[in-house]
Amino acid sequence: MSETRPRTLFDKIWDDHVVERLEDETCLLYIDRHLVHEVTSPQAFEGLRAAGRKVHAPQSTIAVVDHNVPTSDRSQGIKEPESRLQVETLQENVLEFGVPFFDVLDRRQGIVHIIGPEQGISLPGMTIVCGDSHTSTHGAMGALAFGIGTSEVEHVLATQTLQQKPAKNMLVRVEGTLPPGCTAKDVVLAIIGKIGTAGGNGHVIEYAGSVIRALDMAGRLTVCNMSIEGGARAGLIAPDETTFNYIKGRPFAPKGEDFDRAVAYWRTLPSDPGAHYDTIVEMDGSEIAPMVTWGTNPEAVLPITGSVPNPEDTLDEAKRAQVQRMLEYMGLTAGMKLTDIPVDVVFIGSCTNARIEDLRAAAGVVRGRKVANTVRGLIVPGSGLVKKQAEDEGLDQIFLDAGFEWREAGCSMCLAMNPDKLMPGQRCASTSNRNFEGRQGQGGRTHLLSPAMAAAAAVTGHLTDIRELV
Amino acid sequence: MQAFTTLSAIAAPLPMANVDTDKIIPARFLKTIKRSGLGQYLFAGLRYDDAGGERPEFVLNQEPFRHAEILIAHENFGCGSSREHAPWALLDFGFRCVIAPSFADIFNNNSFKNGILPVAVPREVCDQLMEDAKLGANARITVDLGRQLVIRPSGQEIPFAVDHFRRHLLLNGLDDIGQTMQRTASIAGYESRRLVAKPWMPVIAV
Repeated sequence: MSETRPRTLFDKIWDDHVVERLEDETCLLYIDRHLVHEVTSPQAFEGLRAAGRKVHAPQSTIAVVDHNVPTSDRSQGIKEPESRLQVETLQENVLEFGVPFFDVLDRRQGIVHIIGPEQGISLPGMTIVCGDSHTSTHGAMGALAFGIGTSEVEHVLATQTLQQKPAKNMLVRVEGTLPPGCTAKDVVLAIIGKIGTAGGNGHVIEYAGSVIRALDMAGRLTVCNMSIEGGARAGLIAPDETTFNYIKGRPFAPKGEDFDRAVAYWRTLPSDPGAHYDTIVEMDGSEIAPMVTWGTNPEAVLPITGSVPNPEDTLDEAKRAQVQRMLEYMGLTAGMKLTDIPVDVVFIGSCTNARIEDLRAAAGVVRGRKVANTVRGLIVPGSGLVKKQAEDEGLDQIFLDAGFEWREAGCSMCLAMNPDKLMPGQRCASTSNRNFEGRQGQGGRTHLLSPAMAAAAAVTGHLTDIRELV
Repeated sequence: MQAFTTLSAIAAPLPMANVDTDKIIPARFLKTIKRSGLGQYLFAGLRYDDAGGERPEFVLNQEPFRHAEILIAHENFGCGSSREHAPWALLDFGFRCVIAPSFADIFNNNSFKNGILPVAVPREVCDQLMEDAKLGANARITVDLGRQLVIRPSGQEIPFAVDHFRRHLLLNGLDDIGQTMQRTASIAGYESRRLVAKPWMPVIAV
């Protein structure tokens, strides 16, 4: 029966990884790829050690340091003692347990969600986990990829499986054509604005429609990256020629005949006609405008042409209090135009938007312009290889000439675990994924937007409609 | 993991929706290689002022809520990051149960793994429980996992749903890694089949 029922992409990957059915609908699910970083793994390795267990499948595991690493010169090591201890702990753990590792000075080092696709480690049809909620990024490859906690990291290290219940299927279909100035970031911010931060809870989101099909892999990775901001643990995009062309020739991708056999399998993955979705959301891509967040969660988002909302316009009393608190934290006045909001810092980076395509988009806006003298601008490439590529293309010089800081790869000011952080009250236009209170530094204020919009804010000194600059 | 059967305790009301894990424990406190000792950083941004002093208006800085073991909040509790430091911080403070209308998926999972029971009940019920909780030490709320009931100080019983499998693990304090390791033959069987079905599957070696 199950072979004839039309299945979604998610159903197919799920069915293909069930080791054993446990109680209820809970399954023991096999994990193809486990990505490990220094923040959420120390207690998991410690658990293995205490129980005398080993890593079940080191050949399916890759570790990298990204959250704590400084993005300035690192030849002198890490100054901050706690960050250094966390990095050193991972270095010791990968040696002891035999886990493949990109260390801080490896040219392939970078943000875990940038390097997976870049290295060909993340492939269609796989199950991929990491102790990090933005693991949803890898769903752009057509893989079932989701974030887990440290206890589950330990479970995967020990057994290469997880005890999981299947999620519900949500289809988000974006048809039409994006207007000029709109990017993948604007699409996903618009989606979150529509479904809300909890809209995807309990679901895996499959993104489809002509707007999604037309995105390059960088754009698809950006969209899937922010699935978790809409509450969905995983986002998925069906693999197609764009995907296969991206994968071909990557260091850890299958080669030659193996590649052809893999592609033949990957072609079987897209959802069957008539497959069932529990929730369907339809959007018109031609109505999307460049987006920016004004509040302290990603659903507090509006087109750049809008104004800061007035709490009095909100009928629900609890929501009104929430909007009021957001405005107070963000230091904004109801009714002010978004384009009148000045910024102190511009951060272009993170697992959402630090790929070469993102840097090219930002450089395209910056070329021949200067960062406003009231603004500090940081460019933090997603990996050592992205940095190298950008330098080969001369993008670093464009950014440096404009007055940006050109930095080493890492998570950086997305969550401020390294020295890159906002000061209390500072306001940042950021290409990252979360605008929660204190996310980029205690008391810091975040506006999420696309790389081109961030670059525009850097040169004008305030939030800016990119369409007025190009 | 400590088993969870029944709990009668002081409950702290936190009437906020979308309490994200950055709010539960900010990233600057994640630089630890241990699970313990995080209770002091729980809700740091809400609990302490910029100089590190307690904000007296925050519920956990008030008696008797410093001793609360149940936390009551609004929708989508625990959204955002996957950091298990969030349940670790709650547990270290003394919380064994969070009651809210809904929970973010990863936080929900992480709680069960640490012996914290997330209880989802409708918003109106949460608001009633928050009113109960405000009465403080004389109005203990009881959570009975075996019978799947929240019992108000008035004696009113409110049923809640919980996944059967997770309930079993939590009631018995079972280590799920130990459970899975009894299935090594199944896993080895799957790996053999996978090798045949996907011979192209690359291995990672650097």
